[in-house]
Amino acid sequence: MNLLRELIESFRGFLIAVGSVSIFLMRMLGQVPRALLRPRLIVEQVYNAGALSLVIIMICGLFVGAVFGLQGYEVLQRFGAEQSLGVGAALGLLKELGPVVTALLFAGRAGTSLASEIGLMRATDQLAAMQMMAVDPVRRVAVPRFLGGVIAMPLLTMIFIAIGLFGVQQVAVQQLGVDAAGFWSQMRSAVEVADVTDGFIKSCVFGVVCSLIAVYEGYTATPTAEGVGRATTRTVVTSAVLVLMLNYMLSAAMLR
Amino acid sequence: MVSSETAGANVQSTDNIVEIRDVHYSVGSRAIFAGLNLTVPRGRITALMGPSGTGKTTLLRLMTGQIRPDSGQILFDGQDVGSLSTRELYELRMRMGMLFQNGALLTDIDVFENVAFPLREHTKLPNALIRHIVLTKLQAVGLRGAAELSPAELSGGMARRVALARAMATDPAMLIYDEPFAGLDPISMGMIVRLVRQMNNALGITSIVVSHDVAELAGLADVGYLLEGGKVAAAGTFDQLKDNDSRIVRQFMEGQSDGPVAFHYQPAPDYFNQLLADPV
Repeated sequence: MNLLRELIESFRGFLIAVGSVSIFLMRMLGQVPRALLRPRLIVEQVYNAGALSLVIIMICGLFVGAVFGLQGYEVLQRFGAEQSLGVGAALGLLKELGPVVTALLFAGRAGTSLASEIGLMRATDQLAAMQMMAVDPVRRVAVPRFLGGVIAMPLLTMIFIAIGLFGVQQVAVQQLGVDAAGFWSQMRSAVEVADVTDGFIKSCVFGVVCSLIAVYEGYTATPTAEGVGRATTRTVVTSAVLVLMLNYMLSAAMLR
Repeated sequence: MVSSETAGANVQSTDNIVEIRDVHYSVGSRAIFAGLNLTVPRGRITALMGPSGTGKTTLLRLMTGQIRPDSGQILFDGQDVGSLSTRELYELRMRMGMLFQNGALLTDIDVFENVAFPLREHTKLPNALIRHIVLTKLQAVGLRGAAELSPAELSGGMARRVALARAMATDPAMLIYDEPFAGLDPISMGMIVRLVRQMNNALGITSIVVSHDVAELAGLADVGYLLEGGKVAAAGTFDQLKDNDSRIVRQFMEGQSDGPVAFHYQPAPDYFNQLLADPV
C-alpha cells in the first residue's frame, strides 16, 4: 500500500513539475517578441552559452571521433569493410552521437552555469530588485538566456560533428591506413540531406529542452546556497535523462 | 502594551502616502500580521522597527505588492496595492524605489550601467542624456569615480550607495530602505544616514527605513513604528517612544536582553529534568 501511495505521490509530483515548467515556457514565449527587440542581450547569451562551451565541445568531439575510428575499424576490418567506416561515422555522428553528446556537454557546461547564475541572482535579490524597478525578470533575464541556448545548441552540434569526423579520419585514414578516397566517397554517396536534417532537428529539440530546464531551475531555485546547488544538480540530471529519452523517441519517429 | 489603534493615532498627518488598514497576512499557519494599521506621512522619514522576525521585511513586500495580504487594504497614493494587476503594479512601482539590504546590484554589468538600468528599460532617452543623469546621481552619492567598477569590486557601503543612486534614477516619490545600516562600519553608516536625510530634505521624497538600529534611527527618522506580535506596539516621534512605558517598547528601545521577548526560546522542556533524563 505504502509503495503504491509513494508511486502515486511521485507521479503527482511529476505532473506538477511538468505543469509548472509548461507554464514557465508559456510565460517566456509570451515575452519573446519584446525580448527580440533587444538583440544585443540575446547575442551576449549566445556567446555565453555557445562560444564559451566551444573548447570543451571541440576537445570532446575530437576524442569521440577518434575512438569511433578505432573501434569502427576494429569491427569493420573483420568483414573487410573498413572503407565503410566513413559512412558509419558520418551517420552515427550526424544522427545520434553529435546531437546527444553535445546536449549532454551543454547541460554540464552551459546549463549549470545558467542555472547557478539565475539562482544566485534570485538569492542576492537581483530579480526582486528588477521587479521593484518595474522590469519583468522573465523578459530581461530568462528569455535572452533561453534563446541564447536554443540558438547555440545546433551551432555547437555542427562543430562537434565536424571535429568528430576529423577525429575519425585522423585515426582511420592517417593512422590505421584506411583508403582516403573510399572513406570520403562512400560517405558522400551514402549520407543524404535527410540524415543531416534529422540531426539538426534533434539538436534544436535538445537546445529547447536543456535551455528550458536550466533557466527554469535557476529561476525557481530556493534562494539559499543549498537551493542554488540543488538547482544546478537537478539541471544536469533532468537534462541528461530527458535528452536520452527524447533521443530514442525522435530516432524511432525518424526511422524511414 | 499600546493597542495598534492608539499607536496609529499618535502619528498625526493629513496627507499619507501609504495607508495600511486592518491587514492580515499568514505564512502557513503562522500569522505574521493580525489586523495591522499604519500610515506613512508624505514627505517625512518613517522608521519601521521591531525585534527580528516581527515581519518588517514582509511589510515592505506587502507595501510594494511583491506579496498580497490575506485581507485588509494597503493604499499607496490612494491605490489599493493588493488589488492591482501586474501591469498596474509595475506602473505604480515606477513611483517607488527600494534599497535592498545588500544593494542587489546586477552583477553582470558595471556601476554606471546599474544606475542607467531603469532609464534604459523605461525610457527612450538618448545615450548622452542617460550619461548625464547617471553621472549626476553617482555624484550625489559620492561615487562618480567608481562608475567603471564592477559590483564585485565595491565594499558593502559603496554597493548600497550605488543602489541608492539607481533607486533615485527615475525620481520616485517614495524610497524604501530595507536594513540600510546592517553590517556597515561607522563611516559608511554615517554616509548612508546623510544621504537618506539629503534625499528627504532636498527632494522631498518620502522615506521608509526598516531597521532595528535605534540609535541611528533616533537621529534620522521623523516618526517611528514599533512592530510586535503582528501589530503596531507603539508609534510616534522618538521622544514619545523613549517615554513610552510599555514593557516591549522599553525592552526594544533600551536593548534589554530579556523581557516580553524572552532570552530563552519557548517552548522548551524543563532544563534540569532534561539534563537528568536518560538519553534516548
